[in-house]
Amino acid sequence: MKIHIKNGHLIDPKNGIDAKQDIYIAAGKIAGIGKSPEGFTANQTIDATNLVVIPGLVDLSARLREPGFEHKATLESEMQAAAAGGVTSLACPPDTDPVLDEPGLVEMLKHRAKQLNQAHVYPLGALTHQLAGIEITEMCELNEAGCVGFSQADIAIKDTQVLWRAMQYAATFGFTVWLRPEEPYLAKDGVAHDGEVAARLGLKGIPAAAETLAIASILRIAKETGANVHLCRLSTAEGVDMVRAAKKTGQKVTCDVSANHLHLTDFDIGYFDANVHLKPPARSQRDKTALSNGLADGTIDAICSDHTPVDDDAKLYPFAEAEAGATGLELLLPLTLKWADDNKLSLSDAVKHITQSPANILGIAAGDLSINASADICVFDAKQYWKIEPKALLSQGKNTPFLGMELAGKVRYTLVNGHVVHG
Amino acid sequence: MQNPQLTNDGKLKHLLSIDGLPKSILNQILDTAESFVGVAEREVKKVPLLRGKTVCNLFFENSTRTRTTFEIAAKRLSADVITLNVSTSSQSKGETILDTIDNLTAMHADMFVVRHAQSGAAHMIAKHVAPHIHVINAGDGRHAHPTQGLLDVFTIRHYKPEMHNLRVAIVGDVLHSRVARSEIHALTTLGVPEIRVIAPKTLLPKDVEKLGVHVYHDMREGLKNVDVIMMLRLQNERMTSAMLPSSQEYFKTYGLTSEKLALAKPDAIVMHPGPMNRGVEIDSAVADGTQSVILPQVTYGIAVRMAVMSILAGN
Repeated sequence: MKIHIKNGHLIDPKNGIDAKQDIYIAAGKIAGIGKSPEGFTANQTIDATNLVVIPGLVDLSARLREPGFEHKATLESEMQAAAAGGVTSLACPPDTDPVLDEPGLVEMLKHRAKQLNQAHVYPLGALTHQLAGIEITEMCELNEAGCVGFSQADIAIKDTQVLWRAMQYAATFGFTVWLRPEEPYLAKDGVAHDGEVAARLGLKGIPAAAETLAIASILRIAKETGANVHLCRLSTAEGVDMVRAAKKTGQKVTCDVSANHLHLTDFDIGYFDANVHLKPPARSQRDKTALSNGLADGTIDAICSDHTPVDDDAKLYPFAEAEAGATGLELLLPLTLKWADDNKLSLSDAVKHITQSPANILGIAAGDLSINASADICVFDAKQYWKIEPKALLSQGKNTPFLGMELAGKVRYTLVNGHVVHG
Repeated sequence: MQNPQLTNDGKLKHLLSIDGLPKSILNQILDTAESFVGVAEREVKKVPLLRGKTVCNLFFENSTRTRTTFEIAAKRLSADVITLNVSTSSQSKGETILDTIDNLTAMHADMFVVRHAQSGAAHMIAKHVAPHIHVINAGDGRHAHPTQGLLDVFTIRHYKPEMHNLRVAIVGDVLHSRVARSEIHALTTLGVPEIRVIAPKTLLPKDVEKLGVHVYHDMREGLKNVDVIMMLRLQNERMTSAMLPSSQEYFKTYGLTSEKLALAKPDAIVMHPGPMNRGVEIDSAVADGTQSVILPQVTYGIAVRMAVMSILAGN
């Protein structure tokens, strides 16, 4: 199958391309940029006039809910959502049921995903057995089965000795440890940012210090053990400052922010909107601005969707009892574009955070349009607005704080390995 | 964002929180309550305003005083009243709140009086119910207890009519108190110029001063020259969760005694939403003393709840 994408505006941050260029695909790979390879005859031509052509998005956190939570979402529904969102590679956290702590489960997930022949799925293995924070998992076996890193998802390790050993062991083999920094005792039972809104609504707060205390311990232990650490879902201004300082001293650390947190504050909870019940919580305006600045200055490496589909029933509870999380795969691109637009940044700057940078963190060959790279491509209309509403979303999860909003950026075509999976 | 408590033309649709209600509606409720105070003193303690209506008291959390006063208020308005302690029935069988609501709606309830242990429960129910149904929040988690807040300001207005010239102190566990939040909003809306909260740091929410209050940690300092002292109930579990060391130490530092009461204005009134822990937050000599208006609060509670129900039914 040979595909010619013509007249599109090509943006490939890794190769420094930001211009009108055609792209030629053959045998699932990129065969030519700008000029046609010799003897190239396309079977299919995609007219990308007035559209933007970028590498397929790489999402550092998308819960596919399999195995165990098929009532919330299935691999089929979420892979379609990924395709509709232009996401061609995604990392999924291990908090499934059963937890991804056995090689067999990882192989099964990889196999199921491969059969669907859509986005590439990169599982994160559990760092500790059952995510219980007591015994470390068989990281080498899990890595062989396909795990690209090890994570505790939303369940922090309480015992610092276990955390230390888990990082030591991971460091032995060069595996990256993915941790969402949250001190579990300070955050206990909390459901919202500890501030004016929580005070007014009578919600139990999670202080910003729950994040900074955890970052301090994680960075210190990483330094002592030599572990590679990726900090997931930063939410506080002080947290961004700490990572910036660590990077300045040369410590190897990367981090991400969810697209939700670039746009939301605790005030968006309004009158107890359960769709804004998120982990970590949406914080203050000052935190939101600091996250945005941190992303712009390179302290924060990537934007992820933190896709967490929740069934409608699980949101029909009072705020604290409603399940946390928001659907995100189909919103990653528009929310990233909105962030760039709000901050007067170029499209190329924005695209980097959802392609090249996350691919580097995962250590995978993706997120660029180099010759011979796998043809994972997203073609979108940057100017088309669409309304975020349940019927517009393919994900089984219809829960998002952005319901009712109109956002710019509609994906027209998504290609994985040179075949069209959406469009 | 549309205020979920008001109709499009600004009338009261549900009573969920004092926060966000205009002064005119608060005054309307208080003035209406005034007219109901006399009803209890008549030989026939009934008015026909809610005749033919069904009021459903839905208590997902235990309560004696609030449930009883709502029940009496509804009955004095001639409504049919059903009281369900849901914590002991369907919830234990796994039925969700909204299923319970749907079932009662199918039985043609016109008004729900709801108490729940989670903040926001009443808002969620109000969002869900059919347009002709009114919801009254009888306490949701730490968030709001609007009728308590209203009966407290009704009591204050009765004894101290010049609201714009008062200094009010709220003492105790503000962090966990829906009563305190509703009192603060009611007082600020009605133009009380100085509201103080007096508590140890462990019992105050972060950024509480943004609600419009002055924070005091020293009770003696905080009570100086106040006109009204509103005590809050302290739950025993605060001792076991590292918020307070012991009830004895709490009484010593934040309990209201005659000696501390003497620091307030000589004609200051003492209030408590009940149930009281004598010897923990308040000394019996004060609770039963001449400055205490704790029992009138209960009496006025019925009039205020009648006012809220009759106004909602009329809108």
